[in-house]
Amino acid sequence: MIEFEMPQPIAQRRELLQQAAEGMMRAQARYYDEHEHETPWDYINLTWQAMQAMGGGSFRSSTAGGKEDKPDRPRIGNQMLIHTIEMLSWGDAGLYLCTPGSALGGAAIEAVGTPEQKEKFLKRFAGEAPTWACMAMTEPHAGSDTAAIRTRAVRDNDHWVLNGTKIFVTGGHKSLVDSNGFVVVWATIDPSAGRAGMRPFAVEAGTPGMTITKLEKKLGIRASDTAMIVFEDCRLPAENLLGSAEVVKDDKGQGFRGAMATFDATRPSVAASALGIARATVEFVKEMLAAQGLAIPYGVPRTKLTAVQRDVLDMEAQVHAAWLLTLKAAWLMDQKKPNTLEASMCKIKAGEVVTKVTQKGVELLGPLGYSRKLLVEKWMRDAKINDLFEGTGQINRLVVARRLLGYTSKELK
Amino acid sequence: MYSFEPTEEQQMLVEAVRKFAVKDLREAAREADEFGELPKPLIDKGWELGIVQSSIPEPYGGFGSRSAVTNVLAAEELAYGDLSATMAILAPGLFALPILIAGSEPQKQTLLPRFCAGGYVSATAALIEPRIDFDPNALTVKARDDGDGWVLDGEKCYVPFAAEAEHVLVYAALDGKTQGFVVNPGAPGLTIGEREKNMGLRALPTREITLSNCKVACADRLGGEGGHDFTPLLNASRVALGALAVGVSRAAYEYALTYAKERTAFGEAIAQRQSIAFMLAEMATEIEAARLMVWEAAWLLDQGRDATREAYLAHTTTSDVALMCADRAVQILGGHGYIRDHPVEMWLRNARGFPMFEGLAIV
Repeated sequence: MIEFEMPQPIAQRRELLQQAAEGMMRAQARYYDEHEHETPWDYINLTWQAMQAMGGGSFRSSTAGGKEDKPDRPRIGNQMLIHTIEMLSWGDAGLYLCTPGSALGGAAIEAVGTPEQKEKFLKRFAGEAPTWACMAMTEPHAGSDTAAIRTRAVRDNDHWVLNGTKIFVTGGHKSLVDSNGFVVVWATIDPSAGRAGMRPFAVEAGTPGMTITKLEKKLGIRASDTAMIVFEDCRLPAENLLGSAEVVKDDKGQGFRGAMATFDATRPSVAASALGIARATVEFVKEMLAAQGLAIPYGVPRTKLTAVQRDVLDMEAQVHAAWLLTLKAAWLMDQKKPNTLEASMCKIKAGEVVTKVTQKGVELLGPLGYSRKLLVEKWMRDAKINDLFEGTGQINRLVVARRLLGYTSKELK
Repeated sequence: MYSFEPTEEQQMLVEAVRKFAVKDLREAAREADEFGELPKPLIDKGWELGIVQSSIPEPYGGFGSRSAVTNVLAAEELAYGDLSATMAILAPGLFALPILIAGSEPQKQTLLPRFCAGGYVSATAALIEPRIDFDPNALTVKARDDGDGWVLDGEKCYVPFAAEAEHVLVYAALDGKTQGFVVNPGAPGLTIGEREKNMGLRALPTREITLSNCKVACADRLGGEGGHDFTPLLNASRVALGALAVGVSRAAYEYALTYAKERTAFGEAIAQRQSIAFMLAEMATEIEAARLMVWEAAWLLDQGRDATREAYLAHTTTSDVALMCADRAVQILGGHGYIRDHPVEMWLRNARGFPMFEGLAIV
């Protein structure tokens, strides 16, 4: 039955997060925007404690009532997660990205790891100290074209030896320097095999041969660190390979599918973060306009609206449309149904919406919008990342179009 | 809880309506548009799907209860076939549903059983007025109290089946509020104008009506003497239009997708070019999002909650999406999209009207 009632546990969680988002995140947002590369420990410690109190490891919870999967209760873990991310990003998207936990690296292990690997790598997220994991895919010469990565993994008896350079690793510093976490590194075990040769490897903090050589300076989300990591004869135990060591040339990229499965799970999260920023912007613009005596009415024909009213209503409608897509993508995951199409759709829509809505927000507030006294200009800078990372809007359009048309990546390039 | 899954019963209805829409409505649409006429058997067959009747509860002769969610699911499928025919099939609901939602008990008992007696019963409503600043909440057709009833004055347009209808629900401003009045088309003071000629919806017979000192009995005010709240009716209309707009969008998108896979240029299907493929991906994404907005607003209606915001945003958003999809379908077909051999130019003409179709459908 079609329903849109927010489950009680989610409503409660949102109420709780609203306080933290308002009281702490909004208050600290500007500071960490202007002090790039400082680690926001207040936010980190608070969220880590909150997560440990909720059962540890992440903000996810599998069922309506508790941590465990229980067959008699509907699963809402992913719905809970996107609501949480939306709310935290409404507070501040840069700080949200500093949230400790298994994040993308953990998602890769969840997607393709063995039970032993899950035990070895994921247990650390139940400990005392805030811990992170991250994922390294992009290289200086290869972004969207992931099949072109050159980082090489060579087998040497009981070890794999990694060589290569990774860039744009979100949370690399927190995972490898600020905590005893790990990075999931994509490398090729057979350069002649293309995608079929690609494999993810988990590399733990402190592994010799792995160095962070640069922290990027960015347009926005400055509270979040973005690292360059160099691997020089970096030796890993054989069991740190996630998935099979065997390369089957015509399997159309089984190893690569691991990455894709990760994206199915995380694209709705990116969309949710985008939409937290977008909602913050719409709400703030409406408040500012209301203070000027300009109300935004529902139900008046468009022909009778002012241009500003129409802009704001369109912003609001677009944010809501994108949110419903995101919610559906998360719901499908909770239903254990495939969501590749919906995950990419919500990412396309949310990435575009947040970009436009925040840019419009700056415009509508005139000289105030452009000023660093308010957060709107920061939200505009933060917003843009959502149309870039975890698949640019264009890459996600390719994913969606290929599915809809039934085309392979050769048929639709 | 959140759920995006229709019930089994709803899925069965959707299947049945889809079959009818694809087989019957789509087949007849072009000729109906060219000649400005819908075949009577087509409307009768559509009526037999029982969409309006199943909203009417047993005490009033029907066999169900109104579910806006079920109705939007059915409406989208119908509009996927043809918009003019859909509006014709659902037109009796323009009268019956407001009676059901806002009518007094005697009005329900007298007026509703007629719609459940079997065949298609022509009935309609008059909301839209011929002026550029038309606003359903600020009508220029006025109602006044003349002591032993109501007197209506002013002009309406886009009244479907005005010449054939047994009853017209005329909306008029009474003390600044929009109120419905049950009027007999033969009533003195009511003049039915010529058949209108519009850009789209050509197969749907609509007319202007003029009310001049048109007298309505005291008891024929919708809701009885105390009147009614217009908001739920307007919201239900906007949700309905949203569903129809999604149906038209999907028709245009699917047609363009099929064409783009078949049509070759420069040695490959045009769908293999990103400029075409990305347009299709965006159309599909917008349609999916727009549909969820309609579902949510319909669900709010069923919950008896205020759906003003959601219904309004669903209506404006789906109107934009329908226009975008129909326009892109024409664009993807290129010159062929402009030729009346293909339906996409008709869908573009139909889609352009959604922002102003208020009151032409209700769920």
